[in-house]
Amino acid sequence: MLGLDKKDTGLLLVVVVLALFAPFILNLFPTNSGMAFFNGGYPDLMQRFAIFGIFAIGFNILFGLTGYLSFGHAAFLGVGSYAAVWMFKLLNFNILPGLVLSVIAAGLLSVLIGYISLRRSGIYFSILTLAFAQMMYAIAYSDLLGRWLGTTITNGETGLQIYNDDPQILLGNGPNVPHLFGLEMRSKVDLALGPWNFTFPVGYYLCAILLILAFYLSIRIFRSPFGLMLRAIKSNQTRMMYTGLNAKPYTLAAFVISGMYAGLAGGLLAAMDPLAGAERMYWTESGAVVIMTILGGVGTLIGPILGAGTIKYMENIISKMNESLLDSWFAFLPDWLQHAVVWVATWFTGEGWHMTQGLLFMLVIIFLPGGLVEGGQKLTGLFGRKRAQTQTKTEPAE
Amino acid sequence: MGILEVKNVNKRFGGLKALSEVNLSVEENSVHAIIGPNGAGKSTLLNCLVGKLIPDTGSVMFDGQSVLGRNAYEINQMGISRVFQTPEIFGDLTVMENMMIACFAKRDGAFTLQAIGNMMKEKEVVDKAEHMLESMNLADKREMHTASMSRGDKRRMEIAMCLAQEPRLLLLDEPTAGMARADTNNTIDLLKKIKDERDITIAIIEHDMHVVFSLAERITVLAQGTPLVEDTPENIKGHPKVREAYLGETQVAA
Repeated sequence: MLGLDKKDTGLLLVVVVLALFAPFILNLFPTNSGMAFFNGGYPDLMQRFAIFGIFAIGFNILFGLTGYLSFGHAAFLGVGSYAAVWMFKLLNFNILPGLVLSVIAAGLLSVLIGYISLRRSGIYFSILTLAFAQMMYAIAYSDLLGRWLGTTITNGETGLQIYNDDPQILLGNGPNVPHLFGLEMRSKVDLALGPWNFTFPVGYYLCAILLILAFYLSIRIFRSPFGLMLRAIKSNQTRMMYTGLNAKPYTLAAFVISGMYAGLAGGLLAAMDPLAGAERMYWTESGAVVIMTILGGVGTLIGPILGAGTIKYMENIISKMNESLLDSWFAFLPDWLQHAVVWVATWFTGEGWHMTQGLLFMLVIIFLPGGLVEGGQKLTGLFGRKRAQTQTKTEPAE
Repeated sequence: MGILEVKNVNKRFGGLKALSEVNLSVEENSVHAIIGPNGAGKSTLLNCLVGKLIPDTGSVMFDGQSVLGRNAYEINQMGISRVFQTPEIFGDLTVMENMMIACFAKRDGAFTLQAIGNMMKEKEVVDKAEHMLESMNLADKREMHTASMSRGDKRRMEIAMCLAQEPRLLLLDEPTAGMARADTNNTIDLLKKIKDERDITIAIIEHDMHVVFSLAERITVLAQGTPLVEDTPENIKGHPKVREAYLGETQVAA
């Protein structure tokens, strides 16, 4: 189907189902139950799942296939956001021009950064991309470009916002919030089924459709001759060179494609919430996408989506756990034990969610170097073996 | 005029003169061996032929065109393929994928952006890769990762990839180094078969005299960066200068 083989079609269907039914899958618990805290099916978080899924899928095309570890992809995320907000400021709140420009702007920037950084490989490449991204961050944070041009480009530490006196030449009587041809991103449909409440946000579904398209495109790239060449780069550059292949344009193309994915993700962030700030270019954002990709499974198709989902879920849910909530959870314990447990748990929740993320990351790296995807494969392998064992056991009885 | 003409090549590394006034002519469709004791400059010479090193002075012409100043991939696309001392193959890819990379490189050149089409639907390339694997007895290992192949199979894989590119000149750098006698003999037979079946020129650098005298039609002896003699195997065997260079290595004398 769609030029994919059976296995890849299955994988695409899994992603389609996950994406379209996310409002159900993430709101498993009835609204008034004690477990409702773990529901993730609200618009803001679901959008982040999809957007960072796109970011990680793109990053995986570079890192997973060629093995070049970019530590500066946040620069493209940030540029995408700024580009989209500028389209809102100049034209109107229709997100289409913004998304198109965010992809183009990130693509152009990645040609420049990639061309220079790819003169080196390994750790030197990573450091060069990190340096570029931090430069971009510094430029955005102090609006150097704007000061040099005598106008506002990034609006410094305040961040780029939309004001009433912005030109917005196409605004007319159109909506005053981001929309796609009148369909407002913020609007949503609520559905109550008994004790359950489900939310279907328009913005999320736009992101989800783009995620599906982004995923489909990445499958096609993985299976293409181009994808084969990218894997050859990771495997053995000497043999590649002596097979008459020029690795540089291949790597640059992968770099630019992944930069454009990041730009789209940045544009979508702005489309969901029309702001852009320099912190989106900060190195921790670059680090986050590395962690998402490795956690999910580098070089696998679906891994980056799983990694992005896991990290964003933890970031939003675990960081919301505070002491009083923990107290109420462990109220059934004797007082002294309750205090002890809560004292330990506070280290890993709320602000301490980074500790939990770090622990999870370490466990995955040590026990599942192939990421969550490897974990899944091991689980299915285990069940497969059990089934095989029961078969061999029953055979003699027959 | 040979297909490969090396003229007055000099190469110096700091105070060490690695190659001095090297002249070499390899006839088209011949097997030409370059032998010499350790440190004679064999590898330096080879690296000058494939673009890894640039000689200080002199010229290297392949089929009437200079190879100097060109990148390794450009020289390969001109028709020179190189087999390494330790097999260089794509270890984490399968045998079939390795072969397909070589076939794509032959068909599409150094770079083309085909990012959407499925590679397994490129019938022409798939057929050619499968045919090559058949003829090199690698078809049954099609889905195997090349990193887990035996040394002899890795060597065969590397040679097969080079042949898929239909080179006019195949350079072999000690292709049997570190191999057991049986594997060495297999490699010799393989190279003989390749020679008989195609129009191909083979230049081989080798320590093992058994290999050299089984294959070569011409032999150049290199010592201290200078060619001592160039002659047929029969004449080289008894040549006093060669014996001297090898300090009475019995294999040569025998």
